[in-house]
Amino acid sequence: MTLYKGKRRTTTALVLSMGLFFAALLYLPGMLPFDSQVTDSFFRWWVVHLWVEGVWELIMGGILSFLLIKLTGVDREVIEKWLYVIVGLTFLSGVLGTGHHYYYIGVNKIWLIVGGIFSALEPLAFLAMALFAVNMYRKGEKKHPNKLALYWTLGAAIVSFVGAGLLGFAHTLPQTNLYTHGTLVTAMHGHLAFWGAYAMIVLAIISYAMPNMTGRKLYDTGRGRMAFWFSNVGMVGMTVAFGVAGVAQVYMERIMKIEFMKVQEMMEIHFYILIICATLFTTGILMYIADFIKHGQPTDEALIKE
Amino acid sequence: MLSKKQARAFFLGGTLVTFLIFIGLTIFSLSKDVDQTNHENITEAVVRGKDLWDHNNCMGCHTLLGEGGYYAPELTKVIDRRGRPYIKAVLMSKVPWQPNGRKMVAYGFTNEQAEDLIAFFDWIDDIDLNGFDRVVSPLAKDKTN
Repeated sequence: MTLYKGKRRTTTALVLSMGLFFAALLYLPGMLPFDSQVTDSFFRWWVVHLWVEGVWELIMGGILSFLLIKLTGVDREVIEKWLYVIVGLTFLSGVLGTGHHYYYIGVNKIWLIVGGIFSALEPLAFLAMALFAVNMYRKGEKKHPNKLALYWTLGAAIVSFVGAGLLGFAHTLPQTNLYTHGTLVTAMHGHLAFWGAYAMIVLAIISYAMPNMTGRKLYDTGRGRMAFWFSNVGMVGMTVAFGVAGVAQVYMERIMKIEFMKVQEMMEIHFYILIICATLFTTGILMYIADFIKHGQPTDEALIKE
Repeated sequence: MLSKKQARAFFLGGTLVTFLIFIGLTIFSLSKDVDQTNHENITEAVVRGKDLWDHNNCMGCHTLLGEGGYYAPELTKVIDRRGRPYIKAVLMSKVPWQPNGRKMVAYGFTNEQAEDLIAFFDWIDDIDLNGFDRVVSPLAKDKTN
């Protein structure tokens, strides 16, 4: 509705709205009932994969462009042209990349080839996104005072490249995935990918929007910076712990053929590290929430200052 | 250098072409000729077993076909590994099953429900998983291959 009422319909707004619309639409395949577990699974990936490697990236790209336009002052035309290239790359690789979920669930081997090739291209979209964000930041002449929003914005672009792009590629080839399918290696990739691509971008837009909406100039606080670093270091730590545990699990379970629970017991130390890192992560998030609650309400004081 | 119009054409064109191929491949891989799941063997018991599997959120902890939670063992080929009596005992147990310290909810299924779930696992076990069926731990098919 906002899009419809707006004076001009920008590419950014269009891409964002398309993302939201198709995200809602793609919820449907997951609700189709099937008697076969395999067919069920097949369409569940229509939801999950076409969300995360498809339409959610439209949303992410849209928000990212908006923030970059606002924070760096680079010309809208330039940013939006690259937005098209990025979402183009996303769909070109991402749609057929869905095949990497179909390798070993009981459907035809053609997916090993299609999924393998196209999901190998998927990191390109995320690489483009990261390069785009960093280059626009360097190029930008405007130095927006909202440093926290800038941290989260650039962070989202970079962490999603590492988490979704690189760590995804680490187990996406069929030869590798034959052994890593259904192990903690997937958890390693999933945690960092979701954090970078979908959590950090939301925290970025909140950091940008909240000061504007409340009238407070909450641009760069010690707690805000600590929230950023604690949560990110915590999440990277969790990813490493999952990764080490995952590789150990693959080797012991699938190569040495040791039984599941025995392997889990041998990996116990990694789970303690996981808990420590998760605590650090949660501390960061709580700091962010504390900042949000404390400064989120418009107050008389803030209004007077305006 | 690339113009905005060209960039948009690249986005729309690429999306359309890949999506059409995707639909085509979907139709192909769900067609009867290339079925790897023995679809005709899905009996009413298997469907009832799948409903139990879904409604009790077994996937919250266990993986099946490599999909699900990583808290409890993979259940593809579980019959080959454990045998029916063991599985039935776990499913019907009134006290939480915890052979190795991790506790499974005591579902206390009836005899029929347990049989349905086993029928479901039995059907799963015969699916051709493009090689994953031989990797899934521990190698259940070692003896036959």
